[in-house]
Amino acid sequence: MSREDVVLNNPKSSTVTIKKKKTKIKMKNIHFYLMTIPAFILFLTFHTYPALQGIYYSFTNWDGLSLTYDFVGLKNYLNIFKDVNVLNSYLFTFKFAIVSTILVNIISLAVAMGLNSKIKGRNFFRAVYFLPNVLGVLIVGFIFNFIFSNVIPKLGDTWHIAFLSNNILGSEKMAWIGIVIVAVWQACAFNIILYLSGLQTVPTELYEASALDGANKWQEFWKITFPMIAPFFTINMVLSMKNFLMVFDHVVALTGGGPGRATESISLIIYKGGFSGGEFAYQSANSVIYLIVIVAISIFQIKVLQRREMDM
Amino acid sequence: MLKQRTNWLVTSLIALGSLVIFIPLYLVISIALKTPDEMAQSVLSLPTGLHFENFTKAIEATNFFAAFKNSTVITVVTVVFTILTNSMVAYAIARNMDRKFFKGLYYFFVSAMFVPFPIIMLPLVKQTSQLGMDNPGGLIFLYIVYGAALNIFIYVGYIRSIPRELEEAAIVDGCSPWGVFWKVIFPLLTPINATIAILTCLWAWNDFMLPLIILNDPADATLPLVQYIFQSEFGTDFNLAFASYLLALSPMVIVYIFAQKWIIGGIVKGAIK
Repeated sequence: MSREDVVLNNPKSSTVTIKKKKTKIKMKNIHFYLMTIPAFILFLTFHTYPALQGIYYSFTNWDGLSLTYDFVGLKNYLNIFKDVNVLNSYLFTFKFAIVSTILVNIISLAVAMGLNSKIKGRNFFRAVYFLPNVLGVLIVGFIFNFIFSNVIPKLGDTWHIAFLSNNILGSEKMAWIGIVIVAVWQACAFNIILYLSGLQTVPTELYEASALDGANKWQEFWKITFPMIAPFFTINMVLSMKNFLMVFDHVVALTGGGPGRATESISLIIYKGGFSGGEFAYQSANSVIYLIVIVAISIFQIKVLQRREMDM
Repeated sequence: MLKQRTNWLVTSLIALGSLVIFIPLYLVISIALKTPDEMAQSVLSLPTGLHFENFTKAIEATNFFAAFKNSTVITVVTVVFTILTNSMVAYAIARNMDRKFFKGLYYFFVSAMFVPFPIIMLPLVKQTSQLGMDNPGGLIFLYIVYGAALNIFIYVGYIRSIPRELEEAAIVDGCSPWGVFWKVIFPLLTPINATIAILTCLWAWNDFMLPLIILNDPADATLPLVQYIFQSEFGTDFNLAFASYLLALSPMVIVYIFAQKWIIGGIVKGAIK
C-alpha cells in the first residue's frame, strides 16, 4: 500500500491542492461526508455488527433458538481445541488450501507463459482458459462429482486400470484430492489472466538483452520474468490461499463433507453445526479462531513475499 | 529475429492443455442430450439423436424460468446499484486520503476483505430475518454492501490516477460538488465501472452461500440454489441433472462468448493497477 501511495501521491500536486482547499473550500467537504457516511453506517450494520455479535456469542452457550443463554467465558474456546472434528476440519482445510494454492500458481504461471509466447490462436486459447471462471463453482462441482463417480470408474473398468476404477470421492483418504482437482480446474482461469497481464508488462528489450548475453531459458525465467512479475505472484498467492481457506461450495457439491467427516472444511463445519447442530455459540467461537488464523496467514504471506520481492 | 516465428511446440502444448477444459464441457453437453439407455452403453460417445426432452423435463422439474428470472433480477439490480453507490464512496475516499477520517474508512473497507464470511453468517441470518430481509431485496442489498470492500479498493486506485484539474475547472465553472462527481468523474470511470460490473455480475450470478442462508422462500431461489435443492431429486437420472446444469450454466456462457474480449479486458484492467 505505502509504495503505491508514494507513487500516486506526487508531492507537488498534493501541496498545491491543499493550499487551494484551505482558501475557499470549507463547505466543499460536507458532501464528501454525505457521500461516505451512509455506506459506512450500512457496512457497520451488516458487516461489522454481525461480526462483533459473533464474537459476543462465542462467550455464551446459546444454541441459536432458546430465549435465554448464559455466559460461559472461554469454555467454548477450550472445548474447540479438544474437539477432534474441528481439528480435522482445520487439517483438511489447510492441506487442501496449501496444495491447491501451489498447484494453481504453478499451473497458471506456466499456462500464462505459454499464452504469452508466439503461438497460433492466442486470443482463442486465452478465451478458452478463462472460461471456467464464468461457471458457478457449485454446478462445476456437481458435474465433476458425476465424472469422478461414473465416468472415470467406467473408463478404469474398460481399460483395466485398477486405480481409476474406484470413485475417489468415496475414499476417506483420497476424497480431498478430488476437491483439489475441481478447485484448481476452476481457479486457474482467473490466475492465468492475472499472470498473463503481469507478463505483458515485462519489456521485451530485457529478453533481447539477455539473449545477447547468452542466457538460457531457465536463467531468463528466474533472472528476468519472475522478478518482474513478483508483485503479481504475491497478490495471487495471498488471494488464492485466502479463498481456498474459505472453501465451501466445492465441498458441498462434491462430498458434502464425507465420506464420514473426512472432507469437512472449516466453513462447512461452522455452517452445519451453527445452523442445524444447535452449536450457535460454539461455532461462533470456532469462527473467531478462523478469523484470527486467516488474518495471521494473510499478513504473514504479505510480509514474507514482499521481502522476497525487494530482495530480487 | 527468431522469436517472431510461431512456436509450434508451445502451441500444441497449449492446445493439449485446453482439452482439460473442453472434455468436462463436452461431457455436460453430450450427457444432457442422451437417453439413459445410450448412457448405459457408453458415457463418452456422442449422442445418437438430439434428445431435447431432457431439457423440457428439467425446465419443468426445476421451474427453470422462475429461477432464471430471480437470478437475472438479483444480478442486474445488484450490478447497477453497486456501480452507482460504490464509485461515489470511493471517489470521496480517494480525494481525501490526506484526511484521517477518509484514510481510516479506506482501511476499514479494505480490511473487511480478510474477514471470513462464517463469522458473520450465523448472526447475520438472525438479523436479516428480524428485519424482514430474507428475500431477494435483502440479498441484493447485502451484495451491494459486501461488495464495497473489494470495489472500493479497485476504484480508489483508479480514481487517484485521474488528475484533479478537471474537477477544479468544473467547480470554477459553477458546478456543484455532486455535479462534479456525476458529470465529470463518473463518465471518466467507464473502464473501471466495466471491471466492477463484470466482477460483481459473476459473483452475484454464481454465488451459492448467501442465497442459501438468506433466502427463505423456495420460490425466490436462484439458479445455483435450485441445482442444490433438486440435486437429491435428480437421483440417478443423470441426463436430467446434466440438462439442468447445462441450462443453468448457459446464460453466462452465452454472454461470455459474445463479450469475451471485453470481459477479459475488464478483468486485466482491474488487476494491473
